[in-house]
Amino acid sequence: MSKSEDRIRVAVAASALAGEQVHADLLRSVADVARGIFGARAASIMLYEERGDELVFQAVSGEGADSLVGARFPSTEGVAGWVLRAREPLVIDDVTEDPRFARELAEDTGYVPKKIMAAPLLRGERGLGVLSVLDPPADRPTGIAEMDLLGLFARQAALALDVVERARDAGSALEGEGETAVVGRVAQALERLEGPRREAGLRLLAALEDVLDPRRGG
Amino acid sequence: MTTGAELLPSYSLAAGREDEIALPASWPSEVTPEWAWGGATGEGVRVCVLDSGVESGHPLVGEVERSIAVVADDEGFAEVVEDTEGDVFGHGTACSGIIRSIAPECTLGSARVLGPANQGRAGLMAAGLQWAISEGYQVINMSLSTTNRELLELLHELTDEAYFRRTSIVASANNVAEESYPWRFSSVISVGSHEDEDPMRFYVNPSPPVEFYARGIEIEVAWRGGGQIRSSGNSFATAHLSGVCALILSKHPELTPFELKSALRLTAANTVMEAV
Repeated sequence: MSKSEDRIRVAVAASALAGEQVHADLLRSVADVARGIFGARAASIMLYEERGDELVFQAVSGEGADSLVGARFPSTEGVAGWVLRAREPLVIDDVTEDPRFARELAEDTGYVPKKIMAAPLLRGERGLGVLSVLDPPADRPTGIAEMDLLGLFARQAALALDVVERARDAGSALEGEGETAVVGRVAQALERLEGPRREAGLRLLAALEDVLDPRRGG
Repeated sequence: MTTGAELLPSYSLAAGREDEIALPASWPSEVTPEWAWGGATGEGVRVCVLDSGVESGHPLVGEVERSIAVVADDEGFAEVVEDTEGDVFGHGTACSGIIRSIAPECTLGSARVLGPANQGRAGLMAAGLQWAISEGYQVINMSLSTTNRELLELLHELTDEAYFRRTSIVASANNVAEESYPWRFSSVISVGSHEDEDPMRFYVNPSPPVEFYARGIEIEVAWRGGGQIRSSGNSFATAHLSGVCALILSKHPELTPFELKSALRLTAANTVMEAV
């Protein structure tokens, strides 16, 4: 299957199965669980955008949940930037003492943590983003078991972020006035139909497929 | 590239030629840490840090013999240039400081292969590794890996070539359970973390692919601008074992990578020696 065919299929599936809100809920649920498991004051998932070389908050649980989603900063800045480039999870007990911490960035977000746990979100060779857990209890140990747990969550977050990214990417091919945009709109319209009209719509699409695809025509 | 001429021909051994393969040194009946690195400083051993660059002159690092950077040229091919930027985000300096703390008199070199987050990472890494092998470093510290299987064959060939040229590659295992390279290759010395504070303590893992564990948690490491930070991760465990390898090779320069790994096996903290 060609890449464009693949994208259209993914987009049609995505438009039928999940909208932007479901994607946001998926990422938010991962952040919520990470915060809950570590007993932290906040957790966030950031997406790395190659085009602007920036990290963008995609989901935030706890402190900053109402205001941070969509906020962005250079990927070379802060603890998250270091983690993304080093591809290594990191726990810092007191960020005020650490030169990797970008205090001004934190102040801009309205919340300055003391302790940060962060892990890169990786899918194969690609660095997709960063999972951060802010201010778990100070007396919680930060050994290998803790890092492993963080790594497990990072893996889950990376999977979720990858699904969301692919759906968004494919969806953009069907948006606006693009030649194939009508496919996405038809798929969405069909999903809203019920009963005889839905059956008629499916028959019409099957007939259209026979006309358009020479491998299926008689 | 070929292996050293002194090793050829070596595919078979004809009768009566046993004297020609006399080994350069004898081993003690019991290999102990004292035999392996007692009194050693790393002097005479060249260690290359394949990473984000190294800040030469950092108090914890000292002077760096040579720094190169592997960059992508206009057509996307890897090109080796002299490095004038130093460390672009601190990781290589942190590893180098650890190696220096264990083997204070080793000679450090730097090959910068890391840069922006997703930029041609695997190709630059392979080119940097090729450069370090061709330069004859005895130890190459690789606190990095790739999941790119397209480079699997090339990396395999390079690590084998290093092995036969007496270059020991000390490579960091992934921090998450994911297959990546070159640490999984048996021709390299692969390292994960333990939580002890003793920088000279390392363990052999009876269940590879990760073969050794070294100190990797909550370590005071060098940071850019002459500073220090606390950090954790297999990267830093790897640097500890690279330092130990430099010590052993400075005392026993005749050891091959196979023999070096054997010496590590016999001096690991969980090795029990029994009199025969």
